[in-house]
Amino acid sequence: MASAHRPIIQVTNVSKRFGKHEVLSDISLDVAPREVLVVIGPSGSGKSTLLRCLNLLEQPSGGEIVIDGKPLLAKETNIVAVRAELGMVFQQFNLFPHLKVLDNITLGPVRVRKWPAAKARDKALELLRKVGLEDKAGAYPASLSGGQAQRVAIARALAMEPKIMLFDEPTSALDPEMVGEVLAVMKRLAKEGMTMVVVTHEMGFAREVGDRVLFMEQGRIIEQGEPKALFERPQQERTRAFLSKVL
Amino acid sequence: MDFRFDIVRDYLPLLLRGTVYTVCISLASIALGSILGLGVGLGKMSRYWFLRWPMHAYINFFRGTPLLVQIYMVHFGLIPLLYGKTDAIAAAVTALSLNAAAYTAEIYRAGIQSIDKGQTEAALSIGMTPWQAMRSVVLPQAVRRMIPAFGNEFIVLLKDSSLVALIAAPEIMYWSSAMKNQYIRVWEPYLTAALIYFILTYTLNKLLVLLERKVA
Ligand SMILES: Nc1ncnc2c1ncn2[C@@H]1O[C@H](COP(=O)(O)OP(=O)(O)OP(=O)(O)O)[C@@H](O)[C@H]1O
Ligand SMILES: [Mg+2]
Repeated sequence: MASAHRPIIQVTNVSKRFGKHEVLSDISLDVAPREVLVVIGPSGSGKSTLLRCLNLLEQPSGGEIVIDGKPLLAKETNIVAVRAELGMVFQQFNLFPHLKVLDNITLGPVRVRKWPAAKARDKALELLRKVGLEDKAGAYPASLSGGQAQRVAIARALAMEPKIMLFDEPTSALDPEMVGEVLAVMKRLAKEGMTMVVVTHEMGFAREVGDRVLFMEQGRIIEQGEPKALFERPQQERTRAFLSKVL
Repeated sequence: MDFRFDIVRDYLPLLLRGTVYTVCISLASIALGSILGLGVGLGKMSRYWFLRWPMHAYINFFRGTPLLVQIYMVHFGLIPLLYGKTDAIAAAVTALSLNAAAYTAEIYRAGIQSIDKGQTEAALSIGMTPWQAMRSVVLPQAVRRMIPAFGNEFIVLLKDSSLVALIAAPEIMYWSSAMKNQYIRVWEPYLTAALIYFILTYTLNKLLVLLERKVA
């Protein structure tokens, strides 16, 4: 989706090294408000690292990241405040097992946003309704199926009313029959206009929901474009080779 | 061998008073030691060397030297230095707390490191500070896993507290030694002391099993 707006995410020449191993090399990309960017690529290509750099769970070794006008790597930027504006959904859900579903969701709003408990609770219940799990408010995460857990994790991230949602292979840890329920929630979110960066192997989702698909390999962006164009007429040999394996 | 129950009966009120002291000194020391130990343990895990190194040295010192030496240093050195004169109870609690802190620090560290990194990352991703993530997400989970190790440390501390008799803190061993000196008898004072310690540790053990079952 070409947008006249200023990009909400601007990544410029970002690199990341772990010791000598360069995991991201000279990555530059923009994401427009309301855009859904899907990131694909082989295992170890740096997709998670890129996503984690966006909310500074990893510190980039070089380059610049601007989120909603705020330069992330500038000294005066409050990383904690920026993170609150970015929701993140992990492959392994990472729900807090010692807290009930409702408390998982209200923790951020209460502790970080300082909302009164009643307001946070109402918001959490509304979100649980939205992901179809209002009856699980009092359950502990251990009693949920994978698909349910991931939907709670999405609700937990949304409770902070983030401007951007990051998804790192949200369906990769799920049994096949549960993938659909999670993707359905994500589709709804995209339709409502959430800005999303999604690392996934779900090519159907990429094609249907993505505004743009970005292919990475060995820490570099190899190719990007509209899903239909990229899937049907990849310009790069490496993209073609990858797609022939996963499509 | 005849066992003189009458001298046990004579000394029983004093021994029971000593038991109260033993329990109070141990409770105070495990409580203070646990609080201090959290700081020491977190310090040892810090990114900053100027926190890591001193905590590392602290732990090594208190785990690598005899508790009795530590008790003497606190009793004859540290407490007089701070207050001008010494006090057996204060010295006992201080020495035992400092010692327990070194051991609980390692328990905290192991417990915290056993929690998946994804938990911290999820907490950070909803905008929590690293300290909030530690307090609301990591510690509550870690503490549950630490209960057995903490219980163990508490039992060790309770038994080790018998050493403070040597600086005349009026606890169980202090009174049983007094009993031995008065009557020149061995089995009555020491078997009685052993029995009291055993009842204490046995009860503590049972309570811990209950606690573990409750939070599991
Ligand atoms: N904390 C770390 N320390 C050292 N190396 C790391 C670390 N995190 C990731 N790497 C390495 O960086 C490379 C890229 O990892 P990353 O997880 O970003 O890949 P990915 O594209 O998400 O792969 P996957 O599809 O398997 O999730 C890999 O070679 C990985 O081993
Ligand atoms: Mg990954």
